[in-house]
Amino acid sequence: MSATEEPQKLYAAREPVFPKRVSGRFRNLKWLIMLVTLGIYYVTPWIRWDRGPELPSQAVLLDLANRRFFFFWIEIWPHEFYFVAGLLIMAGLGLFLFTSALGRVWCGYSCPQTVWTDLFFTVERWIEGDRNARLRLWNARWDLRKMRLRVTKWVVWLLIAVATGGAWVFYFADAPTLLVQLVTGQAASVAYVTIGILTATTFVFGGFMREQICIYACPWPRIQAAMMDEDTITVAYRDWRGEPRGRGKDRTALGDCIDCNACVNVCPVGIDIRDGQQLECITCALCIDACDDIMAKVGKPRGLIDYMALTDEAHERAGKPTVNVWKHIFRLRTIIYTALWSTIGIGLTVLLFVRSDIDMTVAPVRNPQYVVLSDGSIRNTYDVRIRNMTHDESAFAITLVSDAPFDLELEGQPGNSVSVPLNSTHLQRVYVIAPPESEAAGRERTDFRFWVEDLSTNTRSYTDTTFFGRETE
Amino acid sequence: MSDHKNTHPEEQKLLDGDPDTTGHVWDGIKEFNNPLPRWWLWTLYGTIVWAVVYTVLYPAWPLVNGATPGLLGFSTRENVASDILRFEEMNADLRTQITEVELAAITPDRSPDLYNYAIQGGAATFATWCSQCHGSGAAGVQASGYPNLLDDDWLWGGTIDDIHFTISHGIRNEDDLDAHYSEMTAFEGILSDEEIASVVQYVRNISGQEHDAELASAGETVFLDNCAACHLDDGTGDRFLGAPNLTDAIWLYGGSEEAIEYTVRNSRFGIMPPWSADASPAGRLSEAEIRSVAVYVHSLGGGE
Repeated sequence: MSATEEPQKLYAAREPVFPKRVSGRFRNLKWLIMLVTLGIYYVTPWIRWDRGPELPSQAVLLDLANRRFFFFWIEIWPHEFYFVAGLLIMAGLGLFLFTSALGRVWCGYSCPQTVWTDLFFTVERWIEGDRNARLRLWNARWDLRKMRLRVTKWVVWLLIAVATGGAWVFYFADAPTLLVQLVTGQAASVAYVTIGILTATTFVFGGFMREQICIYACPWPRIQAAMMDEDTITVAYRDWRGEPRGRGKDRTALGDCIDCNACVNVCPVGIDIRDGQQLECITCALCIDACDDIMAKVGKPRGLIDYMALTDEAHERAGKPTVNVWKHIFRLRTIIYTALWSTIGIGLTVLLFVRSDIDMTVAPVRNPQYVVLSDGSIRNTYDVRIRNMTHDESAFAITLVSDAPFDLELEGQPGNSVSVPLNSTHLQRVYVIAPPESEAAGRERTDFRFWVEDLSTNTRSYTDTTFFGRETE
Repeated sequence: MSDHKNTHPEEQKLLDGDPDTTGHVWDGIKEFNNPLPRWWLWTLYGTIVWAVVYTVLYPAWPLVNGATPGLLGFSTRENVASDILRFEEMNADLRTQITEVELAAITPDRSPDLYNYAIQGGAATFATWCSQCHGSGAAGVQASGYPNLLDDDWLWGGTIDDIHFTISHGIRNEDDLDAHYSEMTAFEGILSDEEIASVVQYVRNISGQEHDAELASAGETVFLDNCAACHLDDGTGDRFLGAPNLTDAIWLYGGSEEAIEYTVRNSRFGIMPPWSADASPAGRLSEAEIRSVAVYVHSLGGGE
């Protein structure tokens, strides 16, 4: 670079994007997915589920204060966090699977950024008009009409954003109660702060940042590029069929592409799919709909822009028969991902059904290891934590199984049973005593088993632990 | 791709040198110019402004005697202090209750909230003030004569009221007339070496340990003449005097011949400070704290 040249620009202003309205099969699919995902998001906290008077009646509730996760008939306690870990691993593997089979299908259809931006585009189109009207408005002076339209749009966006942030907090507390508290100003400050932050992110990300989030802020496009291969089904342009592109009636020297820019005009990230695979492309497939529409009008077969594997393009160009789409999808990688995903899924489901409503952890008190009592017997102490995950208060009997003639006593309880309220944990100090001169009293270690039994349902659970005797010389 | 017809337009642009490049070329590889979005730059400036505002509002710059305090007067130490105050206010009712109810009524069944508060608070107080001698697990230190509080043997009684009294007044305090005061004679010079040897064997005998039977039978008379006044004729001790039970398996200072002989010759004078601020000027704990510790110690397995 010579010194006389003008220095290069290191920063670029954002190019505004004005996607044109489009209709077609993928647009319809996207409407459906938007309806379902937004529906799930906004409605879920309001679904009621009867768990009795003592427990929350919200079907899906993340009760952080009491450390419980309620999901319809499933209740997850903190010690069962592996379910959450398992679900996160499944989510990761699921994304690997979908990306290697169908490319950035998550980005195109179900990513919240895409869904909300799509919703905001719809509002924008409804208030300001389609692409050309919006372009004109963008370039127009700030007169009353422009201000009216802009303010209307922003207000509607803001309402959607508030509803989005508002719906989020309902997952963490009883929704009807919280709504009243929010309106009357009595909700916890964390609720208002959360709503504020999510309102701001929704408003800014959906209304103004849009494709900038996908291109510059999200790491997923970078990761996905490494997961796609030549068999991955993705949105692509049939270069061999379309080129050389050109307008005009005489098509003898030209391909199918009439260079109408319909695919460019509908693109929400402002790219030209005919340039090939690009980092910016979220594979929303709206260009397919737009192009199919044009092809129908000019009397050409659909699919100049289409879902296809990158190998298909080369195959078709060489005149070879196309590979069946299922052959692209069922290949070693996707089968391995599916196998891993299902294994974890089946494992978690089995765990869910075999897990017990009662649980016990035993923490031997090893400070000191043992206590000598006045008659010479040896006593060990155990902190036994009983979890009553049922919906009824119940008495729990603690017993032990051992060849040694141990005695068992509970601190503060006359017998060997203790009452534990529903949905709670009880810490019970348990004493195990080896008689004087008995083998266990003089041996360093004696293993035994604690049993806890819910006396109303006869559910049982056990934990193995160790008794420490007096060290004899 | 030499065939021009098949050259992709984007590729053609590249061949023509049309795309924006930095002008850097290495072995024919050109570097595209992909300028950073401008909002990114503004975000950077924004964070710089944020940092300046933050350091003005909050404690930030380290100086010789601490950091700049910041305009908002934020202090994590004050937050902790106010949190502690808030919890103390929340527990004020329980603290009042615990000093008013009968100690024996603080049980998991009769008053679970009060019991939990006493156990938790008592454990914290015990760790702070009692564990230095009695150990963090309350098992005591035999070599130094700090009693094990977990077993079922008590010098001055193991009911919750006994424990409360001992904690309040301590052991062997000159400045608290109510304090327990045990006094064993040092028999060095009073008893002959033979008498001491025989009474040691006698004590080994009544506590069921290995002993010299001949010496032990001779020791019985020595015991009845000199020791039984406090330890009683059968050696089971007297809690009123703080005289330990010598027949059980628990030894305050150890049950070996050497340990017993040392005790007979020199006596032992264990002390414990008075903890009640009401009972003694040296007392450091409030009545609520003492009652909590009493409930806690009583719950450790030895409570009567």
